[in-house]
Amino acid sequence: MAGDYLDRLRREGRIVIVGASLAGLRAAETLRAEGFTGELTLIGDEPHEPYDRPPLSKSVLLGMASPRRTELPHRREIDAKWRLGIAATGLDLAAKRVRLADGDEVPYDRLLIATGVRARPWLKEDEARLDGVCLLRTRDDAADLVQRLDAGPRRVFVIGAGFAGSEVASACREKGIPVTVAERAGAPLVGALGGVIGAVAADLQTENGVDLRTHVTVTGLEGDSIGRVRAVHLSDESVVEADVVVVSLGSQRNTEWLTGSGLGAGPRGIACDAGCRAFDFRGIVTDDVFVAGDVARSPHALFGYQFLSLEHWGNAVAQAETAAHNMICHGADRRPHLWMPAFWSSMFGVNIKSVGVPPMGDQLMITQGSLAERRFVGVYGYQGRVIAAVTFDNARWLEFYARQIERGAPFPVEYPTMDRRPENRQPVAADFPDPSLPTHGPTVTLSGYSPADQQLVFHPARH
Amino acid sequence: MRLVVDLNKCQGYAQCAFLAPDVFAMHGEESLIYNPHAPEEQRERLARAVAACPVQAITADGLEDFTGEPGPGPGQVASDGR
Amino acid sequence: MPKAPLFRQITDFAHRADPYPLYEELRRTPVLHEEADGPFVISSYWDIEALLHDPRISSDATNLAAAGADELSHSDETGGLPPSFIRLDPPEHDRLRRIANRGFGPPRRPRRIEGMHGELEEIVAGLLDGLGDARQIDLVDQFAYPFPVTVICRLLGVPREDEPRFRAWVDPIVAGLDPDSRTSADSARAAQEARLQLGMYLSGLVEQRTREPRDDLLSDLVTSHGPDGSMTMMEVLATAVLLLIAGHETTVNLITNGMLTLLRHPDVLRRLARDPGLSVRIVEELLRYEPPVQIVPQRTCIADIEVRGVIIPKGSRIWLMLAAGNRDPERFKDPDRFDPDREDIQHLGFGSGVHSCFGAPLARLEAQIALAALARRLENPRLVADPPPYRQNAILRGPRHLEIAFDGLN
Repeated sequence: MAGDYLDRLRREGRIVIVGASLAGLRAAETLRAEGFTGELTLIGDEPHEPYDRPPLSKSVLLGMASPRRTELPHRREIDAKWRLGIAATGLDLAAKRVRLADGDEVPYDRLLIATGVRARPWLKEDEARLDGVCLLRTRDDAADLVQRLDAGPRRVFVIGAGFAGSEVASACREKGIPVTVAERAGAPLVGALGGVIGAVAADLQTENGVDLRTHVTVTGLEGDSIGRVRAVHLSDESVVEADVVVVSLGSQRNTEWLTGSGLGAGPRGIACDAGCRAFDFRGIVTDDVFVAGDVARSPHALFGYQFLSLEHWGNAVAQAETAAHNMICHGADRRPHLWMPAFWSSMFGVNIKSVGVPPMGDQLMITQGSLAERRFVGVYGYQGRVIAAVTFDNARWLEFYARQIERGAPFPVEYPTMDRRPENRQPVAADFPDPSLPTHGPTVTLSGYSPADQQLVFHPARH
Repeated sequence: MRLVVDLNKCQGYAQCAFLAPDVFAMHGEESLIYNPHAPEEQRERLARAVAACPVQAITADGLEDFTGEPGPGPGQVASDGR
Repeated sequence: MPKAPLFRQITDFAHRADPYPLYEELRRTPVLHEEADGPFVISSYWDIEALLHDPRISSDATNLAAAGADELSHSDETGGLPPSFIRLDPPEHDRLRRIANRGFGPPRRPRRIEGMHGELEEIVAGLLDGLGDARQIDLVDQFAYPFPVTVICRLLGVPREDEPRFRAWVDPIVAGLDPDSRTSADSARAAQEARLQLGMYLSGLVEQRTREPRDDLLSDLVTSHGPDGSMTMMEVLATAVLLLIAGHETTVNLITNGMLTLLRHPDVLRRLARDPGLSVRIVEELLRYEPPVQIVPQRTCIADIEVRGVIIPKGSRIWLMLAAGNRDPERFKDPDRFDPDREDIQHLGFGSGVHSCFGAPLARLEAQIALAALARRLENPRLVADPPPYRQNAILRGPRHLEIAFDGLN
């Protein structure tokens, strides 16, 4: 009987979580909080217990926190078996076992996959190996970068002006380090927020002394005789001398270990239903494999049931909680993952926050404040309704717009607000780049209407 | 003591930066940066900051000794036996 | 006799000692609108919270005046001074508040308030030591009033010995907020006159600080030149009047309501005496349970808005019943229970959104220190009268006197 199975699962079942970061930890806590008393195993490829990543590019680079001390507080005791520093390398769906890099196999009754993403490395491997070429995703990356910044480099070169790259540039300027940022698009943040907002971000950078190069790609990294990076070659034939290069070209989903497993997993992530259950490659939903966090792509009711991949801290928490809940409850008690997409960033002393899915918007209205003052609320519209909003130093208004998105409020926004400027009565084109081109830091990836759909063609970075 | 701030919730009210200025700082008018590992001598200030957050965005562990005997702390967490 | 409309009962003094049954009745009609030109009264937590973050809700005194006067929302801020930032909308509100904050808090002065901790404890100790052999005191006059007045004087740089002078102006201004006295044109005129007098008094200090800046907030207000520029002299005075009044009138009630609540919950008072750290959560729960500011009455909507299916037409006056929202069972479990151990105390005591209380961190510290000291030092404290006599004011609600008997000072 299903009920008997579930009772037994809750009492003495084996749950394995692959991925011991934010989503994995919060899922484990939720499982225990909801009464799971069986065996719980967390598998993580990094040798560290779950730590928080957002501070790595902010307070850590600014010297306010140690890269080695960002471990996440636990919300409750989880009494888990930790397998840290060992990557999962394979999955046998039929035998219900996870294979580990050390050859071990871990059996499960229910599995949660929360393997997240990793930084996309520099494409040319020999150049990527040069001393001074850095990534920023893990705490080891952060520790390395902090050390290099503290050593007083002559110039830092950041490849890619997404959120992470821009935050690195901001930290460099705050520390008085000369920094050049190269971006293939016309401005920073365009993939996430579009060209209109991107232009504001560009002004922020240049006013804070960043040498911002747009519409260029990096063609090569040049090393010196002892293997240290010394210069960056650009597509406009210019050469910039730099002793630290931060590669900030977005991320890749950690799904390779699932190749051949039969799960619907690929470069866009692992497709799952609204209840976080993974699809297999035939588009049939599994009942004992769940997905949460950056690696998941799931359909969202507020956004036309498109599959969304959300590289958002809050999504990792919310989806982990939903997945964990659904893993150990009866079908009728399962909940859909309906989290309102939201993210934040902070650069050059400006707080940037967003709700909804800006890249779905084709039009933009500034409903409060002004772009010129860099304090504003921007609202994105799509097919006559409000689909997203972004604030620069105006976070206290954001929840109002989240509610507008939830109720499918009409766009353009006709009503007055307290700080609506006359020049902002009409919508403008949000100016997102061609969605078929990869951007450096998309925080949301739209990937079509079916688990197997790969609506967007993936082009490898051409830097 | 470990702590994490849900910066989706944070609206920049800065109560934490007033009450525990060695752990939390405003970076500009509205964005918050913080040290996720607060030293022990900040316990009392951290407890004030956690309780004062108008959007209850701060989770910290290791505070349960500070406020009160019975009753859970504001960001209550049991030690995890690590 | 027909019962008065509910919204008129809010100002009825009969409800002052315990307005919560009335608030419960108000919550049964989440959007209450009883007379054609009367206010829309909002009493449920989620609705209040949403409206505090709604960019179509204005605090601007001009919009409010255009919406017509009512008993609670007439503008008290006249008398020759421009409106202070609590009566302005963005972007002006934001600009003035940012400038005022430059001398007050982070990012530029993150340690100013935290750094007053020891000073606050000394002031409290001094007041309690000064009680001598008394075995019965009026907590309001002998402690809860003088403490925050001393603090705001030091912070602003206003001579403490001038308190009798400015109290003579503050009292009519606060009384001007009082609904009943407001029906008389005389008291409104008195409040205007008092605000002007207080402004003139402060202008003397401000001129002095312009010449010789000191380490105080008045000096910072006049000398601040940041990315937002400076305040005009009139803006400085309007801000200084606001900070001086708001800096103590609300804290008096927070401390007095706090001690009254603790005396009604002796188990919590005993715990606090043993464990001063408990004051942190006690103060948060007090801000929910007995908030010193009960109502935000000065809002209007600048567009038609919909709340729970009710259209509130553009230009309507809106009263946000913070204290009713704080007791909303849709939001808080067992809301009428005073329980500092509750995990979730996300109260509306300081408002929310861009107008959330400017002085909140100072008020928190003052109340925490005051209540912890009272609990520790008063031996066997007892209420002499319960309920105590209340002030007239429905917005800034609190006892006028709080007689406490005790056996001695520890």
